Parts: sequence; structure tokens; C-alpha cells
Amino acid sequence: MKKFVVILLLAVVGYYTADTFFGIGFGSPHFVDGVKAVKDVYITQTVQSLKVSNAVTSIVVNFRGFDTLGEVTVLFLAVTVLGSILYKKRHRVGDRSVLFSASSVVTAGSKLLFPAILLLGAYVFIHGHLSPGGGFQGGVIIATGFLLMLLAYENFSVGHSVLSVVESLAGITFAGVGLLGFMNGGTFLQNFLPTGILNDLFSGGIIPIIYIAVGFKVAAELTGVIYTVLHEKG
Amino acid sequence: MNDSLFSLLDYGVYGTAILLMLIGLYGALVKKSLLKIVIGLSIVDSGLNLLIVTLGYYKGGTAPIFSPAYLKHPTLMVDPVPQALVLTAIVIGFGVTAVALALVIRLYRHHGTLNIDEIKNLKW
Repeated sequence: MKKFVVILLLAVVGYYTADTFFGIGFGSPHFVDGVKAVKDVYITQTVQSLKVSNAVTSIVVNFRGFDTLGEVTVLFLAVTVLGSILYKKRHRVGDRSVLFSASSVVTAGSKLLFPAILLLGAYVFIHGHLSPGGGFQGGVIIATGFLLMLLAYENFSVGHSVLSVVESLAGITFAGVGLLGFMNGGTFLQNFLPTGILNDLFSGGIIPIIYIAVGFKVAAELTGVIYTVLHEKG
Repeated sequence: MNDSLFSLLDYGVYGTAILLMLIGLYGALVKKSLLKIVIGLSIVDSGLNLLIVTLGYYKGGTAPIFSPAYLKHPTLMVDPVPQALVLTAIVIGFGVTAVALALVIRLYRHHGTLNIDEIKNLKW
């Protein structure tokens, strides 16, 4: 009976959602005639006044920078809630839910890969305004490196205090760069630095600074999540 | 030929995204195991993200990144706004999944089961 009701509900929801989207059509421009599309405004602003190559980065960090600050705060809140729900007084080394020990191939291989993964992550978030990627993606790549090490070595540990210092410093950098916008007579998170030349590493004003801070913050938070969950023993 | 390909994609891409959403919702509403409910929620997330990204596509568009070859043709790019929104949505989805899994771990530790029928005060 419950299943029947649910399937009926989903059929109604699915039919009307599908009807709406099939009506729009895939790959066709769907905005009001005579109004300049939002995407054209953003793209021309991105390349002409901001000198940033990656339009997604310029929207996330510059045009919608305040939104990203909120997003980073939500991530921080999620990690804090996770930590407070799964809180344990102390972690003993080797006291974790994954009980098997890794073979020597895995340990040697992950020792070899770990620096390369960190380098790739740093590359992705430093070049966030030039190429695909950015702070969130680079941070996740770095956290996967730490996950690999935590799985391969039973007594590999990450200092919780180091993680929280990195996280706090990155958050303060983000908010501080935003506040510096006020001092230059603008608004919060205004782009007050010179924007440089298109496709240069030092271009886009405050965008690389903020994205590097976001990269550090996401890396520290996700490593903290992995560490907390891995040391969770029911 | 090109047009018929696109009309196929029209139904295929939106259909896949909507189907993913429906599968996830079904799992979240019907399944008894708490882990399967969390998996269902995360499938709904994936379907929604796919739907929003697909909405920004233009016929023959490229990625919204100014490589030197595309400096002269900014209008050929797909809409970057949905992509930026989905970047936010993915991160929020991660937060939701993490908190939900932490709650599931605590419930399992307290009740010793993942079945919502046996956890008496969780029935709908």
C-alpha cells in the first residue's frame, strides 16, 4: 500500500517535471527575446574587466563571492556537527574501524603517490582561475591523498590542532580579503587588486587569493572528516 | 541527422536526470534501511545536479573557459551560471550526506539496528 502511494506520487512528480523540461528542450537558448542573456553579461565581464579565463571561477568567487562564503560556512558547520556527533575523548594510535593491515605494495605505492597527489591538488587550486578546477576540487584531491595515507599506514596520524589552525587561517583569509574591500571604498568582497593580463598566473585580482584559501580550507575540513570517521568504532 | 540526434538527446539527458531523481526519492521513501535512505538522498542530489547543468547547455557550445582559440567567440560558450550553482550544490550535498551518515552511526550505536521499523520512534 505504501509502495503504491509512493509510486503514484513519484509518477505525478516525474510527469510534470519531465513535461516542463522537455518543453524547454536540450541545447536551445531559452530566455526571453530582446533581453540580453545573463550568461553573455557574465562572460563579457569575466574576460574584459576581470581578465579571468574560467568563467565559472569568476562567478563563484567574484560575482557570487558572498554566496561562496556562505557555502564554505555550511561546509564548516557540517564538519563541526560531524565532529560533535562522533566525538570521542581520545584516539589511540591504531584504534580504528579498518582493522586489516595493508600489504607492502600498497604502503610503498601510496608513499610514492602521496606527494604527487598533493602537488596535483595544489596545482588545481592555484590555477583555478585559468583552467578547469578550483579551490573545492583541489581541496578534495588533497584530502584523497590523506585518505590514501590513512588507509595504507595504520599509525599515520593527522594533528587535529594543525587541521583546525589551517582551517581557521584559511577562513580568516577569505573573510579578511572581503573586509579589505571596505577599506578601498567599496563593498564586501570587492575586487580591489589590479586584474593583470588575461591567462597570466597573477591575474584576476583577489580571485586567486580567495580560491587558494578555499582550497586549504576544504582540504583541512575533508581530511578532518575522513580522520573522524575512520577512527569511529561502534 | 544532427536535429534527430538532438531530439534524442533532448529526451535522453533530461530523462536520465529526472529518472535518477525519481529513483533516489523512491529509495528514500520506501526502503527500510537507514543507509539505503541516505544513498537515496545522495542519488536525488546527483540527479538534480545533472538536471541543472544540462539546463545551461547550448547547441555546439564549449566549456566556459577562455582558451586562446575561443577569445574571439565568447557567445559559443555554454551558460556558466548553472555550473557555478551546481558547484555550490555539490558541496552542500556533501555536507548533508556527512551529517546524515554521522546520525546513522549514532542511531546504530544506540539501537543496534539500521532498520527503521525496529527503531520505534522513527516511523512515518
